[in-house]
Amino acid sequence: MVTSAVNHYFRSSIGRKQLVAVTGLLLCGFLVGHLAGNLLLMVSSNAFNLYAHKLFSLGPMLYVIEAGLAGIFILHLGLAFKLNMENMKSRGKYEQKTKTGRGTTFASQTMPYTGLILLIFLVLHLISLKFGTHYEVTVDGVVMRDLYRTTIEYFSSPIATAWYVFAMLTAALHTSHGFASAFQSMGWNHGKYFKNVKRLGLIYAILVGAGFAGLSIWCHLKGG
Amino acid sequence: MSSENMTLNLKIWRQKGAQTEGKLVDYRVDGVSPDMSFLEMIDVLNEQLVRKGEDPIAFDHDCREGICGMCSMNIDGKAHGGFKNTTTCQVHMRLYNNGDTIVIEPFRAQAFPLVKDLAVDRSAIDKVMMKGGYISANTGNAQDGNAILIPKPIADEAMDAAACIGCGACVASCPNGSGMLFMGAKISQLALLPQGQPEAPLRALKMVHEHDSLGFGNCTNHAECEATCPKGISIEHIARMNREYLKAAFTYHEKTRT
Ligand code: SF4
Ligand code: FES
Repeated sequence: MVTSAVNHYFRSSIGRKQLVAVTGLLLCGFLVGHLAGNLLLMVSSNAFNLYAHKLFSLGPMLYVIEAGLAGIFILHLGLAFKLNMENMKSRGKYEQKTKTGRGTTFASQTMPYTGLILLIFLVLHLISLKFGTHYEVTVDGVVMRDLYRTTIEYFSSPIATAWYVFAMLTAALHTSHGFASAFQSMGWNHGKYFKNVKRLGLIYAILVGAGFAGLSIWCHLKGG
Repeated sequence: MSSENMTLNLKIWRQKGAQTEGKLVDYRVDGVSPDMSFLEMIDVLNEQLVRKGEDPIAFDHDCREGICGMCSMNIDGKAHGGFKNTTTCQVHMRLYNNGDTIVIEPFRAQAFPLVKDLAVDRSAIDKVMMKGGYISANTGNAQDGNAILIPKPIADEAMDAAACIGCGACVASCPNGSGMLFMGAKISQLALLPQGQPEAPLRALKMVHEHDSLGFGNCTNHAECEATCPKGISIEHIARMNREYLKAAFTYHEKTRT
């Protein structure tokens, strides 16, 4: 029963949603780190390039981290997709529009769609920046990738900037439900503190969304 | 609000059985007193139908005082009509106005197959309960009630969870057709009390597995159930169940079994 209970956990409704929750929170954490690193763009081109260079020089370690991140992402997305497909079957199909306006929110109802937009965004984002044009620059006698130039060049296009801002608003919407929802899934909703978790989730969504979106606009103005 | 008898236009789902197609049918019902309950209003309509030699509308009901949980129907798109903490049988016609059009559909969810018209089979709820929604530890003779001390806040919380009447509105209103609220209420209630402790892990495992196998959906924390529940059950109980289930899945041991 011990092993079968654990086995079943990974196939159960609650087990899988807890995995979605944990991976979601880890991705939330990653976004904070990513944003903090990106803020170096505003400090100076050298600061940003040096930071990127530090990450690149992690060598094999970087691959491990990237693989971990990819794994977390794929697990999050794959399980959420699967749960949603099952829910399409199990939900009631009413003739009438059903909604009390007291439970579901726009954010909670659009989770699969905002998630899909973020997936498309992520692929394009990696192609255009991480795997974007490779420039080189010498800082303090060290030759390194000029990711700063790639970034500023990318955001010189108003369409790229607009798409980026849109995607970040989507991310804000997604996390505005996802953050507190993850706590609920893990069972961390007990007593009064959950109100603050909800607040924290909203603050998180706004800060991260506005942070990334603001940064892209800053890059656009810088390059334009 | 009105104090005079009303005439109402109804659109009611008619379906002969699970295998046949159904549709919304228009009815007009006269002489509805504002003091009638929603179910009495349907009784009046059914009397009119029977007099005309037509098939009366099938709908579930029993206590008509808000405690049995039978009166399942979706009124104007909302389970039990969407009035706060109110079952269909406790909805009174004074909440409506003369000439209103009311749409009535059965509860819909994969786990609740339709029987006829507004009546659905909600036995999936009982099946989940039968997997552990009770205490079966053998304790010998009943001991003095005061010998088991339970702090008042805990007792209150357990009582809040115990208020679930198994009506299924949570399932019917859930955008995923999930049964987490009624199951969470029971698992939470028993996990809060010392009497429920010995069987808590096995209960959580068995009930959740049964829930998943009966066609209920996966909860994604919309909290629509909490808004619809006629007994005001909070999703905090779902959270407690999530904790209980997580704990049980990784720590349950055959030997700890009672
Ligand atoms: S939790 Fe509320 S809505 Fe669900 S069955 Fe119990 S009383 Fe009905
Ligand atoms: S008929 Fe019993 S609760 Fe409505």
